[in-house]
Amino acid sequence: MPGTVQAIERAAAILRTLAGGPGRLGLTEIARTLDLAKGTTHGILRTLQLVGFVEQDRVSGHYQLGGALLHLGTSYLDINELRSRSINWADPLAARSGEAVRIGTVLEGRVLVVHHVFRPDDTFQTLDVGALLPLHATALGKVLLAYRAGGPVPDLEPFTRLTLTDPRALATALEGVRDAGWASEIEEFLLGQAAVAAPIRGYGGLVVGAIGISGPVERICDSRYRPRAPLVAYVRDAARAISRDLGATR
Amino acid sequence: MTDKYVVAIDQGTTSTRCIVFDRRGQLVSLAQQEHKQHFPRPGWVEHDAMEIWRNVERLAPRVLSRAGISLDQVAAVGIANQRETTVIWDRLTGIPVSRAIIWQDTRTDSLVHALASRPGASNISEISGLPLATYFSGPRLRWMLDNTPGLRERAERGEVICGTMETWLIWNLTGRAQHVTDVTNASRTMLLDVRSLDWSPRALDFFGIPRAMLPAVRPSIGGFGTASQGFPGVRIGAALGDQQAALFGQTCFTPGEAKCTYGTGSFLLLNTGTELVRPENGLLSTVAYQIAGAPAAYALEGSIAITGSLVQWFRDQLELISSAPEIETLARTVADNGGCYIVPAFSGLYAPYWRSEARGVIVGLTSYITKGHLARAVLEATAWQTREVVDAMNANSGLALTTLKVDGGMTADNLLMQMIADVLDVPLVRPLAVETVSLGAAYAAGLAVGYWPDLDGLRSNWHIAGQWMPAMDPAVRSAEYANWRRAVERTFDWIQPA
Repeated sequence: MPGTVQAIERAAAILRTLAGGPGRLGLTEIARTLDLAKGTTHGILRTLQLVGFVEQDRVSGHYQLGGALLHLGTSYLDINELRSRSINWADPLAARSGEAVRIGTVLEGRVLVVHHVFRPDDTFQTLDVGALLPLHATALGKVLLAYRAGGPVPDLEPFTRLTLTDPRALATALEGVRDAGWASEIEEFLLGQAAVAAPIRGYGGLVVGAIGISGPVERICDSRYRPRAPLVAYVRDAARAISRDLGATR
Repeated sequence: MTDKYVVAIDQGTTSTRCIVFDRRGQLVSLAQQEHKQHFPRPGWVEHDAMEIWRNVERLAPRVLSRAGISLDQVAAVGIANQRETTVIWDRLTGIPVSRAIIWQDTRTDSLVHALASRPGASNISEISGLPLATYFSGPRLRWMLDNTPGLRERAERGEVICGTMETWLIWNLTGRAQHVTDVTNASRTMLLDVRSLDWSPRALDFFGIPRAMLPAVRPSIGGFGTASQGFPGVRIGAALGDQQAALFGQTCFTPGEAKCTYGTGSFLLLNTGTELVRPENGLLSTVAYQIAGAPAAYALEGSIAITGSLVQWFRDQLELISSAPEIETLARTVADNGGCYIVPAFSGLYAPYWRSEARGVIVGLTSYITKGHLARAVLEATAWQTREVVDAMNANSGLALTTLKVDGGMTADNLLMQMIADVLDVPLVRPLAVETVSLGAAYAAGLAVGYWPDLDGLRSNWHIAGQWMPAMDPAVRSAEYANWRRAVERTFDWIQPA
C-alpha cells in the first residue's frame, strides 16, 4: 500500500470540521478539535485559503469553507451555457472587427464550434454551429491546446504547406501562445484565410473555450503578414469580458 | 475629444439592467441585478418597486465604471420597461402604498369578468385597441383602489399617484419632479384613447379611475426631463414599453416590418405605420412609438404569456436542469417529443385565444417519456405559440410574413431557433445585437438628443448575425401542428367561475 500524505489528511480533516461546524470557526477551536499544533493548523489553513477552499472573515479572523469548494463539482461548463453567456460579447467583436466570430471548445480531439456570428456585411452566410475543426490548424484550436494540460497530441494532418505538422514546431507555437495570451493561424488551414483567438476562462481561471475571428488574410494581417494589433486587442477584450462574466477574475 | 455614449435602463420582469452603447449601437458594458418575485397567492405576482429603484441607483455607477467612462460622457438615458406592471405611491413620501402588481398577475379575473358584462365594455375595446383582459393596467388600478381602504379618496385628492415602471423610474430619476408616462406604456392601460393619445374620459369613467392620480402622457422620444438621481445631469431622452423598444431596436421603422422578442414571454410586433389597424384574431393594436412633433406609429401585437418562463419553471420548479441554456443540451438527448406536448397556460392563454380561465397541461404522457422529451416539449411550446401568432398576424394584415427578425435571450438556443424556422416555414434572422430592448431605448434616447441624426443612421447599424433556414417535412409540420392544437383545446375552461 502506498504511503499517505499527512498534510492532505489534516487538510481534509480541517475541511470536514469547517463543514460540520455551526458557522465560522477560530484557529484555536480548529486546532483543539483536531488535536493539532496551532502553527501546523495555521499553515494548512493559509494554503487552503490560497487555493480558495477556505475563506477568512476579515473582522473576526474566523474561518469558513470557501467558494471554490462549492464549485469543485461544477467546473464542467455546458456548451449551450457557454454560448448563452458569450453571445453579448461575440456580437460587439463582430461589429468592431468586421469579421466572423466563432467560439469553440474541445470535443474528442477537435474544436467544436459552439457559437458563430456572421461577418457583419449582410452577405449570405451559413451558421456552422456544431462543425468540427482541427485543433492544430486553427487559432481556436491552438488556444485550446495551449491551455489544456496533458491533453493527447492530435493527429497533425496537413491542410496547407504552412500547417504545423511537426510536433516540436507545434509545441514551440503553443509555448508562444501561452506567453502572448492569444493565438493566430495564417493560411495553415485554408489558403488565403487567417484567424486570431484568445482563451475564455471560467471560474478559477480554468480555460473553458476560445473565441476568435477569421477572414481573408489581407484583412486580418498587416503588410508584414502579422495579425493587425487592433484586431488582436478586440479579440482579447471580448475574451476577457466573457471570462469576467463567467467568474474568472476573483 | 472624448467619446460619448448612450445608456439604456431595461427594467424587466426578472431583472433590471443598465447598458452602455456606443455610436455603432454596440454594447460597451452591462450591469444587471435581479429582483425578488413575490407570489403571495396562486395567480398573484408582485414586485417591490422600491427594490427596483434601489437597483437602478446601484447599477448606474457600476455600468459606467465597467465602461470606464464618466457621467459627462453620457449623452442621454433611455428607458425600456416591463409593461402593464402597475404601482401606486404616496406623492409626499415617495413610498409605494403596496407592492407593484405585475403583468402576469391574474387577480383581476373576476373583476374583468364583471366589467365585461357592463354596458360600454365593447366601446372601451374600440377606444383602447385592447381586449378587456387581466393583462392590462386599468383593471389592476381599479382592483387596488377597491381593495385598499381609503385609497380612492386619497387618489381623488391627488395624495397618491400611479404609474407603470417607466413612470416610477422617471419620477425617482428626476428627484420627484416629473410624473409622466409615454404613449406606448399608456397604450397598455386600456385607459388611453389610442387615436387621440390622451386619457379617455369614457375609459376612466368605465374603470372608475380618478384622473388626478394619472401621469401626463408624452411622446416616447422627446424629453422626460433631466436626471438628478442615478445619472445626475443626464437628459432622459426616451421611454418605451420593452416590446416597442425592441421593435425600435430592430429598426422596424417601415410598415410591414416585424420582430419577435423571446424573453419571459414572447411578443411579435408588426409596424403598421401611422394607420391604426383594427385588431382581429386575438391580436392587439398598440402604439409603436411617437417622436415628439410627429404622428405616432402603430403596431399590431401578438402576445405570448409564457415562453422563457416555461424554461425557468423547468429549471426552478421541476429542477430538471441547473441553468436555462441546459434545456437545449437535455432536449438534444432525444430525436423528437415522443408524443408529448406542454401547453403553458399558467396565467391563461394570450394571443390568439385570450382565455384567462385556461390552465396548463402536459399531454401524451406514456412510460416512454423521459425528461429529454419534456425538454423538447418545453421548447416546442414556444415554437408552436409563435406559429399561432404568425398565422393570426398574416390573416389580420393580409400579408404573408417572409422572414422573422428575432431577438432576446432565447435566441442563444439554436435548437429552438431551428424549431421556430421549421414550424413557421420561413427563415429566422438574428441581428447583431441580442439586447434589442435596451438598444431600442438607447436609439430612441440618442435620437431625442441628436446623438444619432435620423432613423436611416440607426438602420445602417443593423446587420445579420445569424440565420436559420426551415428544413421540416411539410407532412410532419401539419401533423404536429394538429397535435399541438388538440393539446391547446385541453387547457380550455379549467378555472370555473366562482
